Amino acid sequence: MKYESVIGLEIHSQLSTKSKMFCSCSTSFGKKQNTNICPVCSAQPGSLPSVNGKAIEYAVKTALAFNCKINKNSIFARKNYFYPDLPKGYQISQYEEPLATFGWINITTKDNLEKKIGITRIHLEEDAGKNTHNYDGSLVDLNRAGVPLIEIVSEPDMRTPEEAVAYFKKIRTVLQYLEVCDCNMEEGNLRCDVNVSVMEKGQKVFGTKVEVKNVNSFRFVEKAINYEIERQIKIVEAGEKVQQETRLFDSSSNITKSMRKKEEANDYRYFPEPDLIPLVLDDSFIDHQSTTLPELPDKKKERFIKSFSLSNYDAAVLTSEKDISKYYEELVSLVGDAKSCSNWMQTEVLRALNEQKIEIVKFGMPPKQLSSLIKLVLSGEINQGTAKEVFNEMLATELSADQIIEKKGLKQISDPTAIEKIVEEVIKESPSQVEQYKSGKVALMGFLVGLVMKKSKGKANPAIVNELLKKKLN
Amino acid sequence: MDILKYSIPKIAKMLREKKISSQELTSFYLNRIKNNKKLNAYITVLEDSLDIAKSIDNAGVKEKDPVLKGIPYSLKDNMLVKGIRTTCASKILENYTANYNSTVAQRLNDSGAVLLGKTNLDEFAMGSSNENSFFGPVINPWNHKHVPGGSSGGSAVSVSAGLSQFSYGTDTGGSVRLPACFNGIASIKPTYGRISRYGIIAFASSLDQVGPMARNIEDLAIAYDVVCGPDSKDQTCSIKAKESMYDFLSSDKASFEKSFSKKKIGIPRDMIKEGVSEDVLKSLDESINVLSKMGFDFVDVKIPNSKYALDVYYIIATGEASSNLSRYDGIHYGYRSKNNKDLDALYSYSRGEAFGDEVQRRIMLGTFVLSAGYYDAYFSKAAKVRTLIKNDFNNAFNDCDMILMPVSPVTAFKLGEKTSDPLTMYLSDVFTISVNLAALPSLGFPSGFDKTGLPVGMQLIGKHFDESSLFSAAKMIQEKKPEWFNNVAQEKDSVK
Repeated sequence: MKYESVIGLEIHSQLSTKSKMFCSCSTSFGKKQNTNICPVCSAQPGSLPSVNGKAIEYAVKTALAFNCKINKNSIFARKNYFYPDLPKGYQISQYEEPLATFGWINITTKDNLEKKIGITRIHLEEDAGKNTHNYDGSLVDLNRAGVPLIEIVSEPDMRTPEEAVAYFKKIRTVLQYLEVCDCNMEEGNLRCDVNVSVMEKGQKVFGTKVEVKNVNSFRFVEKAINYEIERQIKIVEAGEKVQQETRLFDSSSNITKSMRKKEEANDYRYFPEPDLIPLVLDDSFIDHQSTTLPELPDKKKERFIKSFSLSNYDAAVLTSEKDISKYYEELVSLVGDAKSCSNWMQTEVLRALNEQKIEIVKFGMPPKQLSSLIKLVLSGEINQGTAKEVFNEMLATELSADQIIEKKGLKQISDPTAIEKIVEEVIKESPSQVEQYKSGKVALMGFLVGLVMKKSKGKANPAIVNELLKKKLN
Repeated sequence: MDILKYSIPKIAKMLREKKISSQELTSFYLNRIKNNKKLNAYITVLEDSLDIAKSIDNAGVKEKDPVLKGIPYSLKDNMLVKGIRTTCASKILENYTANYNSTVAQRLNDSGAVLLGKTNLDEFAMGSSNENSFFGPVINPWNHKHVPGGSSGGSAVSVSAGLSQFSYGTDTGGSVRLPACFNGIASIKPTYGRISRYGIIAFASSLDQVGPMARNIEDLAIAYDVVCGPDSKDQTCSIKAKESMYDFLSSDKASFEKSFSKKKIGIPRDMIKEGVSEDVLKSLDESINVLSKMGFDFVDVKIPNSKYALDVYYIIATGEASSNLSRYDGIHYGYRSKNNKDLDALYSYSRGEAFGDEVQRRIMLGTFVLSAGYYDAYFSKAAKVRTLIKNDFNNAFNDCDMILMPVSPVTAFKLGEKTSDPLTMYLSDVFTISVNLAALPSLGFPSGFDKTGLPVGMQLIGKHFDESSLFSAAKMIQEKKPEWFNNVAQEKDSVK
């Protein structure tokens, strides 16, 4: 590949505060249009903003989690433009002196290497309302207007779409751990714009960047970037210049379309918001936020590797979402055997979540129930194969493991006399295989074990079956 | 019974002694408003204020009730009163009804004062003559050919012509002090942050401040007391606890000895050199004379950067205004043009048809000074010079307790005299604007009349949050010169 792409992301995250950024209206989603509004967020004449302290806390926590420098003095600024979903005619944001700067996070690349991605800045702002258009006109809903947002701007440190997705996912994971954002992408809690440019490999000077707006899922980020890289390379190959512009991602056709050229860009006429005093944060406030930070994914992963003896990969999977790690830790505390819990999580639990297309918080089998199943396997009451059957049955019926085993008579047979009887039957019924085994084809042991298991309807304890077969045949 | 001669404390006493009722007071003022319609002081008159007065009378005014209970007042029509039309003298808000109370209106309401109506102003408080109103100009009651000053012209006239006991305006660059001066009444532009701006329609947020107007210093102190103090709804409002100026004036703390540490008043002679009329200079000397008899010494102070004040003001104020007025877009409320085939047309025609010339001029100027490529040369630089002006005042206050200067270089000018030349009009505020830029308190007091019988006024400028010195000095002036106070225009120039 002759070309290299340079990618930066701007992520908008709605903070999960109960009230809006500059007034006390509720932030709850899905309410009847224009019911969560007041004089402030509907921009009545004379109304003034008051900063929501909780939003400041959340933003500072986020900035600390992303290793940012917190600016003890930051100022709010007005970003002026006309649009019906923006009732004041300006958005209160931060411009020249944002809340936090110079952060970074690590992502894991395709080759399983750690890569540091710089974070240019994190600033606070307010969301706009929502315009809807129908056959007889356009309507504005201001319920969302004034919901607190943080904008997380990355350095142009990513070189592939995969890295960009890994970064976006990592940001989401950390925000979830911090419990500052609901991170529900369908509800627009987390939104992403990408900046993409291409240059010849080894170049130091970046190509002209194009901003792609409205890329609001991991899949779309990958698709939009891939499309842009291809489009821009084609332009360069044809000896032309990439135009600096803003494009819009169309998720139905997976292409980007020009939205406005550089010359058509808005002049936002930023200036310090005169209705708000500078945001001054003292050391004790910042220290308090810092000491109350929860354990973050990287730390948790390290701990899982160390105290649960998990592989890097297993630990990464189990810490990829806060609620998964929570579920896992609870399971381990009930079962004790971290390794089998990890296996169960990664095979059965995650598979079931995938099939049901749900988050783990909505999973029908709490750790307590699963733990009793795993314990039955560990104590030899049932074997692994039976356990999977029971697991599926538990999901379908919501009965306990014991109830299902009882009902279906799945309890493992560990009584040597009972197993010996079946072993003898199998030996009798398979003379040729027994002969071959005895003449040195030891691999046939597995086949013979299988026959015993089949005959016992999967209930025989495999370890005892093995032992007895070996004893009889040697 | 001559209500117009009484101060608020006197009326409060009469109400408690049942020598007068709130209904009598209210209908007295309502009648005067009706008989003086020609002055165009009010945009909206609240006839049902009589019902409110009635319910106050029925409940009876008790000793412990707030002093303003039952006493009629007026509010500039850029302050929101829930359920009442608030126009800001603009076509764009011609039919806008406020859906919440400004903090000022809420506090007045809580005090039991009776709101007579909403007074006329320059559209969006932009102007110095009150000729920029969608509802027509306000007339100066002392001479009907003259302007009342702006932008709080209606409020000033409501007090000077006896159409309310007291009133409130807003002062961004002199809009309370100038009309008060042109009308011969007392006024104060408090320190920025003394009075909540919540519910006051913004012109220039970093400069706007509500200011009371009254016919004498006691009334002014009471009107000031009721509205000032911290407000969580306005983060630029100071958290300093309020202290009652009326109580202060009645205490021995307000004595000459205790009020002033230096007993010196600064006069910025450099600023007062050019373009000041002889009558105004004569009146300044008279005020100096009165104050020196009280024991003050006078020092010359310099505010060197004040020569840039007008330029700085018209950059900062218009920049902020261009953004503050963006919400009047024809989408959410207010005037919407029928010419709205697409979004751009809706915006352009609604705003173009409903904003007056001066407002449009300032929006354009403000948009320019904030735009990319010009921001540093204009807005950012103006903000720096603003800091220099503040520093100049701070330096000046090393040598004096207060600064004395005229409110305006001239007395009320003629209607139409300056409308064709905005720059000359802007010069009317040359003495008041620096005070807003420096966020200082300034008390305007009447200082007699010029040869033609038009009022002259002076202002005392104080340190940040030192309103008490200003009130203290003004009360002493009133004691020495009672003829300067409690004047009502109709007595000299009958308005029948």
